[in-house]
Amino acid sequence: MSRVGIVGIGHTPFGRRTDASVQELAAEAFRAALADAGLERDAIDASVIGSVPEYHKQRSLAGVVQEYLGLLPKPTWLTEVACASGSAAIRTGWLEIQAGAHEVVAVIGCQKMTEISTAEVLALMGRVGEVQWESSFGTTFPGYYAMFARRHMHEYGTTRAQMTAVAVKNHFYGAKNPVAMFRKEVTAEKAEASDAVASPFHVYDCCANADGAACVILASEKRARALKRPVVWLSGLGAATASMSVLKRPSLTGLPSAEQAAAQAYAMAGIKPDRIRVADVHDCFTIAEIMAYEDLGFCAKGAGGRFVEEKRSWIGGSTPVNVDGGLKAKGHPIGATGVSMTCEIVKQLRGEAGERQVPDADVGLTHNVGGIGQYCFVQVLTRDA
Amino acid sequence: MFKWFGIVNHTPHTKVAAFAQNLREGRITGSRCRACGHETFPPRADCEKCLSPDFELVPVSGRGRLWTWTRITAAPRGFEAYAPYVLGVVELEGGGRALAPIGASVPEDSLAMGMELVLVPRVHEETEELHVDYVLERA
Repeated sequence: MSRVGIVGIGHTPFGRRTDASVQELAAEAFRAALADAGLERDAIDASVIGSVPEYHKQRSLAGVVQEYLGLLPKPTWLTEVACASGSAAIRTGWLEIQAGAHEVVAVIGCQKMTEISTAEVLALMGRVGEVQWESSFGTTFPGYYAMFARRHMHEYGTTRAQMTAVAVKNHFYGAKNPVAMFRKEVTAEKAEASDAVASPFHVYDCCANADGAACVILASEKRARALKRPVVWLSGLGAATASMSVLKRPSLTGLPSAEQAAAQAYAMAGIKPDRIRVADVHDCFTIAEIMAYEDLGFCAKGAGGRFVEEKRSWIGGSTPVNVDGGLKAKGHPIGATGVSMTCEIVKQLRGEAGERQVPDADVGLTHNVGGIGQYCFVQVLTRDA
Repeated sequence: MFKWFGIVNHTPHTKVAAFAQNLREGRITGSRCRACGHETFPPRADCEKCLSPDFELVPVSGRGRLWTWTRITAAPRGFEAYAPYVLGVVELEGGGRALAPIGASVPEDSLAMGMELVLVPRVHEETEELHVDYVLERA
């Protein structure tokens, strides 16, 4: 099977973007990606928009973005799988090219979240849990992951300090990322003294709602090679789904969807987890990054807490993870996040990540989770040797 | 009348609506598939094993062991007045799991993994609209 290449990336600053509407954010990312690819707008055959519609007043966002970007009458539509919408959009673009329908597809993840209140966001996110038997008692998104954390601590002895170590690492690298929402380091003492959210989580265990957009331009292998620029290849993709209801999960110490999506992506790429040189994983909460180390095979089941404690996920460790700051410090504009992850790994594989560059990064991975693990998309990315 | 169920109800219409009437009468019920006999909690109209739509609601004890919990401080819209509150999940002795608030008989500092708890039906008739739910209390 011929491959699909990533030929252009664009990324807005993430954060409280009171200066821009959602389509204006999309335009920032799209314009940057076109310039990066050296393509004119006419070269784009179709777009796919990754976004979660409930956060916007505008209904049916794809059409608005398509019009604003001047891509009419090319086809577009929205993909929605909660916080994994961006990676689902990339998978859709990949499928469109592999099916032979299009040669060049722009995938845009975009989200405005700060136009609505935190309590409203908590209500919306809590309803990504099952609403008939769970959300009716006031579950929240942090509350669900807090319940995962409680089990992980109980079964594997994972500690409060190990979870804090994830926040400290991600803020350390976020401080070096010009597009991150929080560009400052945090000490373990400050993180653990922050306000309670859902026990055992404090504020610094949780990622922040943000505004932002990211774009990748995908091309068929033939078109990608013809551009005569560095190409990063989508060499492995995986996608899997787990129960909507937390009550139906076999365990709360990992995400079955992540394990399955990772196995598919590794098999397609023909590699094992130890070949990954840099990864962006879905650290919506500190425990989520610890579970990701395990689900992705970077360490043994239950060893995730020690993995970060021993700095094995820092640059210089066995598998550097979220050296762009992760959702934690970069911010989490939910529809944009998956596309942002792919942008970061492309930068790393091209050697363009500046002071957070991982040496010899030639194989990378993204792990984008929707909801409380109901959806997971994994990509293995490679460059030409 | 499933709109009675929960602190804030999001799903007024369901084929297992009689669950809420049973709860009002003090009975917690799960579903039993009439085709294959499979029982589930929470109840569902279409069997998760054989997909048969032929079900009945059957009593469950509500007794279970604590699987996990969290104390929610940052509450979603509609729950601000209740915060902070503790939610727990129990593994029921007859199979299935339930998520419910932890009641007054179980102080948070006494919570322990695997402790025995029981789902106790609650009927709130003092409010403008009737609602019913359940809470986890010491077994």
